[in-house]
Amino acid sequence: MAAITSLRDAVAANVHDGDVVALEGFTHLIPFAAGQEIIRQGRKDLTLVRMTPDVIYDQLIGAGCARKLIFSWGGNPGVGSLHRFREAIESDWPGPLEIEEHSHAGMAARYVAGASGLPFGVLRGYVGTDLAGHTDTIAPIVCPFTGEQLTAVPALRPDVGIVHAQQVDRDGNVGLWGIQGVQKEVVLASHRSIVTVEEVVGQLDPRVTVVLPGWAVSAVSVVPRGAHPSYAHGYYERDNAYYQAWDEIARDRQRFQGWLQEHVLSTRDFAEHLALVQEEQGASA
Amino acid sequence: MTVTAPHPTRTEASTTEVMTVAAARELRDGVVCFVGIGTPSTAANLARHLHAPTAVLIYESGTIGAKPTRPPLSIGDGELADTADCVVSVPEIFTYWLQAGRVDVGFLGAAQVDRFGNINTTVVGDYEHPKVRLPGAGGAPEIAASAKQTFIMLKQTPRAFVESLDFRTSVGNAEGGGSRQALGMTGQGPTVIITDIGILRPEPESGEFVLTALHPGRTVDEAIAATGWALRVSPDLVTTEPVTELELTTLRSLSGGA
Repeated sequence: MAAITSLRDAVAANVHDGDVVALEGFTHLIPFAAGQEIIRQGRKDLTLVRMTPDVIYDQLIGAGCARKLIFSWGGNPGVGSLHRFREAIESDWPGPLEIEEHSHAGMAARYVAGASGLPFGVLRGYVGTDLAGHTDTIAPIVCPFTGEQLTAVPALRPDVGIVHAQQVDRDGNVGLWGIQGVQKEVVLASHRSIVTVEEVVGQLDPRVTVVLPGWAVSAVSVVPRGAHPSYAHGYYERDNAYYQAWDEIARDRQRFQGWLQEHVLSTRDFAEHLALVQEEQGASA
Repeated sequence: MTVTAPHPTRTEASTTEVMTVAAARELRDGVVCFVGIGTPSTAANLARHLHAPTAVLIYESGTIGAKPTRPPLSIGDGELADTADCVVSVPEIFTYWLQAGRVDVGFLGAAQVDRFGNINTTVVGDYEHPKVRLPGAGGAPEIAASAKQTFIMLKQTPRAFVESLDFRTSVGNAEGGGSRQALGMTGQGPTVIITDIGILRPEPESGEFVLTALHPGRTVDEAIAATGWALRVSPDLVTTEPVTELELTTLRSLSGGA
């Protein structure tokens, strides 16, 4: 049964230095609040996992939380590069970042294997690409029934999986709808899990398409707008202006550090962070 | 020669618009199309609003049959889910739908392409010490492998159309000849590269892409100068039809006038 707790306590109890941590969200329901709480608590040497590392991973990498990144597509969707991610890889700043690179189909197969309790996943993929030569976790395998050459990828079993969702009911059951990405798979593949939600409800909305039973989740925290600047279907839209503004902030090392200090490290929690962001957006509008 | 103007006049299409319209014309009505974000998404949506109203657009975010009123900024915008026939998980989209062979056309962009239609979206320069770190593979390798055929669209420049890829992210016709089939790929591979200058298609035997069409006002010399390999020209070279008023106004209405 999931404990409904503050995000600060959930991160302190479940995310430790050196852990393998997957914060998922396929453009939708990205757990920004949880990612920033990890930065605030100064976690180090994390192996970060994500299919689509975007702005929250740029913030985690630039803040020096990560030692390694396992991923399949790293960019600022619709805008361009992730400058902190690029500087870590191209110039080892703020430290070297080891990478383990896959395709989306491969990462999806790895999560499914992890959630299924299998040692590896199998797919028709990677053959003939240079990815196979650079990534140790891609290996050929022969189908024992047909002899077809396929590709095996090891299961992902993160220490902790973190997602955002729309709702939790009073029994701790989490409900989400809209684009579901790998939210279910990452929670079930991980040893521990944190779900941030928009609100507590008496009964989950009929639009809910994915339910994570409370007993399958370690901790639930209520963080309204906790996916901002990504979106929560039915609650708020994607803040495209934030993603566009991020390009300028992250491009310059000093400017990024100033932003991080003021907006994350000096704010008490995500609500205070959001109030600051909204105040600035209002002033520039 | 077509002019790239920041604010083209109503009757004059920009080079990007010419490319997008040419790409849209390649999509037949009724096809099931797995769409990459950016210009492929714009082209696929343009086709749906013109000659291909029953084309089924699939985005890797798991939205099947999405009908956005304007091209989304990201492949996971809420409008894609709201307008879709169904929304499935990411593992499902790549297995039941793509890998199982239910996609007719994979529509891809690229940072680099070679003469066999192999694609790089990973790095410029050395992998360990890249000059430019690009976003990476995303869904492209398996789209390129398993869609029944793939369309590639990108602007034609010597930096993009290269003799040798810095990294092969996704396989086209491999090393040419029958080398793609030898890899066991279920899809036919790339059948067209649409650029701002013209259209390239593969020779059946060699699998090498040759120039088969030029957009109005473009020249063979321009196409050759914009290509890093010794581009060959089809003996049956044609000129594409000029962009029509309807195509252009529809495209601009989709882009919100931007």
